[in-house]
Amino acid sequence: MPVTDAPKIVTRRLRQDRSWTLESYLADGGYQGLRKALTMTPQEIHDSVNTANILGRGGAGFEAGRKWGMLRQESPVYLTINGDESEPATFKDHALIEGDPHQLIEGALICAYVIGAAQIFLYVRGEFPLALERLQAALNDAYGYGAVGHRIFGSDFSVDIVVHPGAGAYICGEETALLESLEGKRGYPRIKPPFFPAVMGLYGAPTIVNNVETVSNLPWVLLNGGDSFAALGDGRSKGTKLLALAGHVKRPGNYELEWAKVTFRDLIFDPRLGGGIRDDNNLKAIIPGGVSSPWIGPEHLDVSLSNEAIAGIGSMAGSGSVIPMDHTTCTVRAAWRIVRFFHRESCGQCTPCREGGGWLEKVLERIEAGRGREADLDLLMDICDNISPGVAWPPAQTTICVLGPSMPPSVAAGLRMFKDEYLAHVREGRCPFPPDRLPRRLARV
Amino acid sequence: MPRLNPDNLQRALDLIALYPQPRSALIPILHILQEQDGYLSEDGMNHVGELVGLEAVEVRGTASFYDMFHFEPVGRYLIAVCTNIACMLQGAYRLLEHAEERLGVAPGGTTADGMFTLEDAECLALCGNAPCLTVNWRFFGDVDPEGFDALTDDLRNGRLDDEVPPHGTLIRVRRSVGLAAAGPTDEATPQSAEVGADVDAGPAPHRSTGPAVELSTHRTTTATNVVDAAHLEGRQ
Ligand SMILES: Cc1cc2nc3c(=O)[nH]c(=O)nc-3n(C[C@H](O)[C@H](O)[C@H](O)COP(=O)(O)O)c2cc1C
Ligand code: SF4
Ligand code: FES
Repeated sequence: MPVTDAPKIVTRRLRQDRSWTLESYLADGGYQGLRKALTMTPQEIHDSVNTANILGRGGAGFEAGRKWGMLRQESPVYLTINGDESEPATFKDHALIEGDPHQLIEGALICAYVIGAAQIFLYVRGEFPLALERLQAALNDAYGYGAVGHRIFGSDFSVDIVVHPGAGAYICGEETALLESLEGKRGYPRIKPPFFPAVMGLYGAPTIVNNVETVSNLPWVLLNGGDSFAALGDGRSKGTKLLALAGHVKRPGNYELEWAKVTFRDLIFDPRLGGGIRDDNNLKAIIPGGVSSPWIGPEHLDVSLSNEAIAGIGSMAGSGSVIPMDHTTCTVRAAWRIVRFFHRESCGQCTPCREGGGWLEKVLERIEAGRGREADLDLLMDICDNISPGVAWPPAQTTICVLGPSMPPSVAAGLRMFKDEYLAHVREGRCPFPPDRLPRRLARV
Repeated sequence: MPRLNPDNLQRALDLIALYPQPRSALIPILHILQEQDGYLSEDGMNHVGELVGLEAVEVRGTASFYDMFHFEPVGRYLIAVCTNIACMLQGAYRLLEHAEERLGVAPGGTTADGMFTLEDAECLALCGNAPCLTVNWRFFGDVDPEGFDALTDDLRNGRLDDEVPPHGTLIRVRRSVGLAAAGPTDEATPQSAEVGADVDAGPAPHRSTGPAVELSTHRTTTATNVVDAAHLEGRQ
């Protein structure tokens, strides 16, 4: 498929000089979407967002308009923006917050106007101090400009925004854990039901949690109309999508592309995009939607990068992170590193996640170190099955949140696609992929 | 013994005033405490507990959930090398091993001179510039072993003091305005002062808790290279 001429909805300002300043934002039509919003009724905007069909960009892909519609009209209602981005190989929200904080603020304000939010909290990962610095400076300026606070732009609408730093915990990206964290507690995901913070969220009040990229689309949607947004993309996947391409490509980076209009082949090989596999090596496998997603092989290169198409091949579009791996990649080591991440970040509330993660990590480590047994392959699948019965995707869940069930896919997909490689580790008593880059000393978890 | 100093105490009180419940300010205040002392001391945590209405054990119990908080002093520079998947695919473990050799410590360790603490970190969301690391959470991308040596030399010789202050930069994130939505008559908002003069005054006066944050954002770290260095191309 050719790469289309779709407008850059969320990234067009990022290359401008000092793109994070109010000056630069206003020079490019900044806050016009909010000004327009304030002349409309919340219902009119909500209708337009429903028309646009903005799928949540945080990973779950839930329609933003539908989520807002779940609010019971009780007061107070809170809006929380999820800027905790810590999913491995996902780095799009980081770029959006650092590069265009006013767009995020404007988007959040539009959302707050529609849902009648009493207060907005921008939860930003603590490890992003530059993003936090720029966002706070942008917010200070936005207050001074009259875009936030009392009687915004002279209208009857008033709302405050607070920038809130996290402190290093991947699990706080899960929306109920995020709310716990925002309440000043340990980031334990809440037991469901209620499934949605829209029913019971921050301080027990109805709360909307939306991703940074999700609301960053709103200023454009206000100015150009929900129809124009829905005219881009295909099926349920409307508008553009910011894809974070990393791993073994020549040109890693963030690419905003019309959604559902490019294939994996385009993204990885188009000279204007990924530019091909490094050293022109062979492509071995792709992690198509963040490290929770089941891997796919090169036979799926012509699958479109849409929510539905990727789901159709048994994986998911997730957070929009795409990681191609070349033929020099040891898939045992790759699975080990992914599982190690989830094990480290498990909050420990659920036994299958807390213990299963550790078991998977240890078994993979011994296979990689050449101390594995053939029976370990079955053992791995058995542990996976205990964490997520059936080891299917979307996963069955025995745990409070989906962090636990995010561990099996890379193990199960690796075993399915590269069983011989696992067996070679066991039979040769060593990793067949020199040079061995497993750490000599593993950090204690 | 270290408690929040008067300026930081004021900042803590300003933060508490921003939230419907004081406990929500706990983590932001702990960041300030940590940057004041380099770690979270018992006395400091007691003090923070008094401010937000928590027992010391609740403060510690909450803080210990979060990887960024330290309960023992750490080096002047905390070097976190990402070894997660995208960086691993680009040789992060070789970089980590090099760092271990160069500094003579294993991940989690601090050099004898108190200069550096090394960490084996999870994804830092700079995967387009893999392998990468942060120093006191400031980003450095596309780091090879030579680059690592040059970086640690610069740090040792104080050449990066502006960009990488000791113990982090979150303390520079300073809000200039209290809660304002309720309007100018709301006495619950912190004391007033005008916002920075360079800012176009809006229709309503807003209250400020102090001078606008001093930014050094023109000295950007490599994080924006994701954008600047042809990485955000698509098809311009
Ligand atoms: C373990 C875990 C981590 C998550 N991390 C993030 C994250 O970093 N950022 C994010 O926006 N959503 C994350 N999510 C998804 C959120 O729970 C939530 O669905 C999302 O923020 C809703 O916003 P959206 O509808 O706009 O996508 C995570 C979910 C899980 C289970
Ligand atoms: S699945 Fe894991 S991370 Fe999620 S609540 Fe359970 S133990 Fe915590
Ligand atoms: S994997 Fe290293 S920064 Fe993301």
